Amino acid sequence: MASTLAPTAPRRRAPSALIPKTSRRSYWIYLVPGLAMLTMVIIVPLVWNVYLTFTSYRGIRPPEWIGLENWARLFADETFWASFRNSIAMIGAMVVLPTLVGLVLAALLFDLVGKKFGGKMASFLRATYYLPQILPSVIAAIVIGWILRPQNGALNAILDGVGLGALQNNWLGDPDTALLSIMPVLVWIQIGYPVVIFMAALQRVDPELYEAAELDGANWYQRFGAITVGMIRPEIFVVVLTCTIAALKVFGPVYALTGGGPGTSTIVPAYYAYSQFFQAQQVGYGATIATALTAVIAVVAVVFILVQTRLERREEVG
Amino acid sequence: MATEPIVTGHGASTPGQGQGAPARRAPSANRTHRSAGDWAVLAVAVLIGLFIAFPFFLIVINSFKSPAEYSTGGPLALPTGLYTDGLVAFWERVNFPEKVWNSVFISGMVAVLAVLISMFNAFALGIGRVKGRLWIVVLILLANMLPQEVLLYPLYFMFREVGLYDNVWAVIIIFTVIQSAFGTYLLASVYSTFPKELLEAASIDGAGRWRILWRVVYPISRPTLSVLLIFFFIWTWNEFLIPLTFLVSNANQTVPVAITALQGDRIMDVTTTSGSALLGLIPTLVFFLIFQRTLTRGITAGAVK
Repeated sequence: MASTLAPTAPRRRAPSALIPKTSRRSYWIYLVPGLAMLTMVIIVPLVWNVYLTFTSYRGIRPPEWIGLENWARLFADETFWASFRNSIAMIGAMVVLPTLVGLVLAALLFDLVGKKFGGKMASFLRATYYLPQILPSVIAAIVIGWILRPQNGALNAILDGVGLGALQNNWLGDPDTALLSIMPVLVWIQIGYPVVIFMAALQRVDPELYEAAELDGANWYQRFGAITVGMIRPEIFVVVLTCTIAALKVFGPVYALTGGGPGTSTIVPAYYAYSQFFQAQQVGYGATIATALTAVIAVVAVVFILVQTRLERREEVG
Repeated sequence: MATEPIVTGHGASTPGQGQGAPARRAPSANRTHRSAGDWAVLAVAVLIGLFIAFPFFLIVINSFKSPAEYSTGGPLALPTGLYTDGLVAFWERVNFPEKVWNSVFISGMVAVLAVLISMFNAFALGIGRVKGRLWIVVLILLANMLPQEVLLYPLYFMFREVGLYDNVWAVIIIFTVIQSAFGTYLLASVYSTFPKELLEAASIDGAGRWRILWRVVYPISRPTLSVLLIFFFIWTWNEFLIPLTFLVSNANQTVPVAITALQGDRIMDVTTTSGSALLGLIPTLVFFLIFQRTLTRGITAGAVK
């Protein structure tokens, strides 16, 4: 589709609406309901929140202006930086691994299992991979917490059963293993999402491309790199962006599994903000953490979308 | 890790291709030829599936054990009988049908309203190509980027002011905005490559924007819209923090909130907890199984860019 657009797109500098004889401005009316609700539910609270970052506010007496005090405290706050370091682990567990493994699994299911063993087998496996996605994350956390718990938890019982009893551990209660125990849980929750999206995307790749590449002697690896990844790049972008946002603001599993602990070993920015908001009643400081997090997410998203648009444009021209 | 058998699998099948040239012309013949490598790949894929499904298996077996059985046999033993007291106790304690209805109503309303808003937004952005559309998309995506804790205090005051605190509509409004952000992002890029000929033909027939939206754009993008509908339903169903904050009275609670609220309660022994998790996941599982085919067919149709 991109290639058929090529002759017209670069020539027309000022884009017009896709329906002829309608001015672009006249479409604004369709944005009114969405933007009105967005303003009320998102923009106003966001602005209010930014205002709170300059105040001391404990939720009862009106906010008191204190200038940049919260921000100074934030940059010197070791817990805040620890929470962002843990975010990197979250990106590994919720973006990098699921996207890479998801690509391989989707290509395998589509390309190999689907063709050699039938589409039914492929869609059955896909549904299985997707199961954790439909489980509410707090319920998932209850179940996982119960599997990982030290006394008669399932994981320790399994280790004992296969003769590895020495490896039994208080998985979530030990600062050395808490983060490493949460990460596989996040991979488990996340993996179905890329598999479903990528498998759907693969269906629009022309099978003749694969056959041609196979005739040219390309092996599975080369076809995977050159055709699969190239053709479904739009979906890879969508998956990486949405998963990165989700990883940066991950809250539910941490809230339900460890509450950020022990110590600060599993703290993440969203949970840290939450604990300042509602446990410490430091609303002004909680707002500062949340605002900093929002700014980081917004910058990541904007850079991402700009790169994506540039790549798409280059493709249309080239 | 999982990639290794594939390469060997294909290495094994490539030599056969020399004499197997006619088989390629009839691809169905290819299906019967399964090399050892193909079986290895299938085995790995099935193993991963078993591994992913294992916690669900644990939920099911432990939901039907009595607490005494659990403490003697541990979490991995199969139940010896069908003990349902835990499930029944949980069901009655939380008035489960009421919670399911609350969740269905909230998630269903959000799914429909958010799809509608996404479609309007995407129509203006993708087909109307209004000025500054890239930045409008970024602005709308803020709804997705904001950590939800940011919303709690301000929206609490706002909704209390208009009398919507502890009312399901507060939650419906919030999630309509949040979900439609993703929908707008996805649909706007799908609509920006909408077949131009169709729009031009409809325009020549004298149809206005509103009619073109409902007679041309809506039916053609319906598969994508139904995918969004399903996603929005499941995502809203699974939400926790905002329903917990805005639906304080017992009669308004959603399924995940009701289950979490009972943790630590006297009746919640291990097997009852497991039973509550089982009951909590059945509605979305049924929903997913019903719509699974729409989901896969739909994403494909939507992705034809």
